[in-house]
Amino acid sequence: MSVHPFTPDANAALDRLGFTRRRFLKGSGALIVGFSAVGLADTLGVAPGVGSAQTAQERRSRLDSWIAIAANGAVTAYTGKCELGQGLFTAQTQLVAEELSVPLARVTLIQCDTSVTPDQGGTSGAQSHPTNFRQANLALAAATAREALVQLAARRLGVPAEQLAATDGVVRVKADVSRGVSYGDLVGGKRFELPLNPSARRKPASEWTVLGTPARRLDLPSLVTARVEFVHNVRVPGMLHGRVVRPPSVGATLVGIDESSVAGMPGFVKAVVKKDFVGVVADKPWQAQQIAARLTVTWKPGPALPSQASYYDHMRTQPSQDTVWVDSGDIEATLSSAATVMRATFLHPYQMHGSLASSCAVADVRGGQATIWAATQNVFGLRSTMAMMLGVEPEAVRVAFRRGSGCYGLNGVDAVAFDAALLSQALGRPVRVQLTRKDEMAWENYGTPFVIDQRVGLDAKGTIVAWDTVSWTAGRGGRVGAATPGNVVTGFLTGFQPAAFAPRGPAPATAPFNDQNSAPAYVTGCVGGTCDGKGTVASERAIVRRVWSPFFTGPLRAPSQLQNTFAHESFMDDLAAKVNADPVAYRLRHLRDPRLIDVVNAAAKAAAWTTRPSTRPARRRTGVITGRGFASVAMEAGAATNGWVAMVADIEVNQDSGNVVVKRLFIAHDCGPISNPDGLRNQLEGAALQGMSRALREEVTWDGEKITTADWRAYPSLSLGNEMPVIETVLLNRPDQPATGAGETTTALIAAAIGNAIFDATGARLRQLPFTPVRVKDALAARA
Amino acid sequence: MSTIALKVNGRSHTLDLDPATPLLYVLSDDLELRGPKFGCGLGQCGACTVISNGRAIRSCTTPVGTVAGAEITTLDGLGTPEKPHPIQQAFIDEQAAQCGFCLSGVIMTAKAFLDQNPKASEPEIRQALSGVLCRCFTHTRMLKAIGKYAEGRNA
Ligand code: FES
Ligand code: FES
Repeated sequence: MSVHPFTPDANAALDRLGFTRRRFLKGSGALIVGFSAVGLADTLGVAPGVGSAQTAQERRSRLDSWIAIAANGAVTAYTGKCELGQGLFTAQTQLVAEELSVPLARVTLIQCDTSVTPDQGGTSGAQSHPTNFRQANLALAAATAREALVQLAARRLGVPAEQLAATDGVVRVKADVSRGVSYGDLVGGKRFELPLNPSARRKPASEWTVLGTPARRLDLPSLVTARVEFVHNVRVPGMLHGRVVRPPSVGATLVGIDESSVAGMPGFVKAVVKKDFVGVVADKPWQAQQIAARLTVTWKPGPALPSQASYYDHMRTQPSQDTVWVDSGDIEATLSSAATVMRATFLHPYQMHGSLASSCAVADVRGGQATIWAATQNVFGLRSTMAMMLGVEPEAVRVAFRRGSGCYGLNGVDAVAFDAALLSQALGRPVRVQLTRKDEMAWENYGTPFVIDQRVGLDAKGTIVAWDTVSWTAGRGGRVGAATPGNVVTGFLTGFQPAAFAPRGPAPATAPFNDQNSAPAYVTGCVGGTCDGKGTVASERAIVRRVWSPFFTGPLRAPSQLQNTFAHESFMDDLAAKVNADPVAYRLRHLRDPRLIDVVNAAAKAAAWTTRPSTRPARRRTGVITGRGFASVAMEAGAATNGWVAMVADIEVNQDSGNVVVKRLFIAHDCGPISNPDGLRNQLEGAALQGMSRALREEVTWDGEKITTADWRAYPSLSLGNEMPVIETVLLNRPDQPATGAGETTTALIAAAIGNAIFDATGARLRQLPFTPVRVKDALAARA
Repeated sequence: MSTIALKVNGRSHTLDLDPATPLLYVLSDDLELRGPKFGCGLGQCGACTVISNGRAIRSCTTPVGTVAGAEITTLDGLGTPEKPHPIQQAFIDEQAAQCGFCLSGVIMTAKAFLDQNPKASEPEIRQALSGVLCRCFTHTRMLKAIGKYAEGRNA
């Protein structure tokens, strides 16, 4: 494939490194760790690694180096996990520096470019940090390189490897630190290509000097002085500017366009139609925007949308795809013999990712080759779906990640990359597409709505004996993955279908127990003889019914985990109130997972929680009143628990206006070993406050035909002007445990913590999000 | 089209432009500046904020013709990575950013406000920032950074 031009920034970065990847791979002195077992692996005595087991096919589909050490000692690491504002760039650089025993400044991290970095799937689900830290990959590659260098040094110095130690890029004799040899000298003019060595020794946390420290974000000086090249800043020679014209209503199909309506407008180059996709291209962006607004397009309306007012009931009546996460088989029997049965229904709306950036991408599709600059979370997935869109082989597509704004799951980044590529392909010139705010907000993949029915049986002592949860959620599309361009709007408009939806009766889950917290932490979670639940309630059932959504949906920070945790933790509070128990003590009474118990206790301690019955004596029913709520959760994601967290929220409710202000948050958090405590705090704070905005304000709305929350007036985010709570965070560090995610934990909890605080303050229980002033006032009015 | 003279970050430019073009497009496309960003294009988020003759303005809704000859400063023009402006330094000190897309809105709005109201209290600063969004919700750290800058400036 021909080499497409790199952007000026990318060229500058490669120049700084002193090579392009191609030249580098051909170049003389280097030590490279990759998948493939070639080169001098056995002369170094390094066992062939996983690389040797790779099939040729796999080898072709992946770029195989993770770490390269040049003859001058400079370290380049390649990662498939990208910086999305979560600080991953810095944390991964710390990781490489730590495992390789070199100073932070010597490491250059190259992120997410299908032409140079390994295929690590997406950057999502708060899984990226654990992926590169816990499993093989980047950490192991660095450890492999360090061990190999120590062995080379052993030979060079004539000293057994056990008597050597590497620090600051030099391997020294432990007993005589004046004797040593630098990595650069060891590499010299030679070439070493090593496979990943699965038995390379990872540094235990007790030996860390770079990891575990609050290293400052390496990119911040450039970021705050506007030197970073965001995807919005990518400029390539000969580039034109595109805008899309999305359908005016959901499900509308294109009848036709009248190009004469824009003929002669300044800068107009071309209008492009592909099935229901419409876009225009102009010389300059402002021209493109005006042309897009002026173009006459005729659409045939789609079917009417279900009424929003009755949407939650509508969901219950739709054909559904049912998944049974756990079923002890005795739920009805236990409930019928329980002393008390409590029921409640919890409602969660569609919400937006609402990224600050309207998405943007640049594409250069010419001569059967494509280069795409996009803020995608998955460069390889976008490469293969892009190939489907363009009708070319994946090998003909290069996707290079460039930063966008925080995305919190899935915003318009992949859709706009398709938009740009379609227009570029039609023009044979590079095209940049900037979405409008409305394009972004009316067509993104929203976080999913939920209706959650809870039924719980209590025995005579008030202990929970059965917990049944049945929920309905609506979905359509999602991440494009490797083969589903129709999962986002542009792919769909050009004729690709979203991932198939097949209604079916209850079937056992194929994923591990309780993925996404369908069941509360308080059940035993016994499936097929193993009990992975965090609690003691043995009579248990959790069923999720997924129905088809009229709108595209996708994972939004703490996907389903937030909705489920809102329902479980709010209901737990209801139950504690019912039996007049302290909410913290009542939780502990039903938990058996030590790490969850630890965060519950730590949050209560940090907040100086005063044990109290849940229902307070009669309180003032007007004016401003304060309350305190508790919530806790172990985040369930895939096979492992992905973080433990507990939270206390102190709030004020203005009972006259219905306005809720969160004054203070106490957070206790456990995500295994902490790589960067300051970065972790930044994530926990941001995730909590974003969750607070969602809990208090955010809801997607629609009328009979279209989304009506398509700008920031209609979809109100809390701004820098809103009062924010003081946040106190207790970090439980577990150096001996595997690393877990931390980017979503507090998002999952805060709605329940606030709702429980409102209940504490006022005695009114809110079971529907968001807690807008109107809903709060309605709930207050409904108090007995 | 008409000829428009712009003074941006201390440099003069003469451009041949439709005077109705929003200033943001001119700054980011013609002058290739990276500070002001396209967030909404509707004046609702602040990501495009620049300082014009000492006032924070939203460049996405400001026709370029209306700021011809004004002294315009963008986030790029405040300081450099090596020598950041004190307010930028305060953001580095407080590690007050996640994705950073909102920084023009937060920093330029706060700076223009504090330049005019050096003694402003925290609620007043927040009031000035009430139309500025950060969807990563780095609010707490950002307000701390702004507070530090305000203190330093008065010291
Ligand atoms: S981009 Fe100008 S205010 Fe949002
Ligand atoms: S840091 Fe991402 S929007 Fe503010």
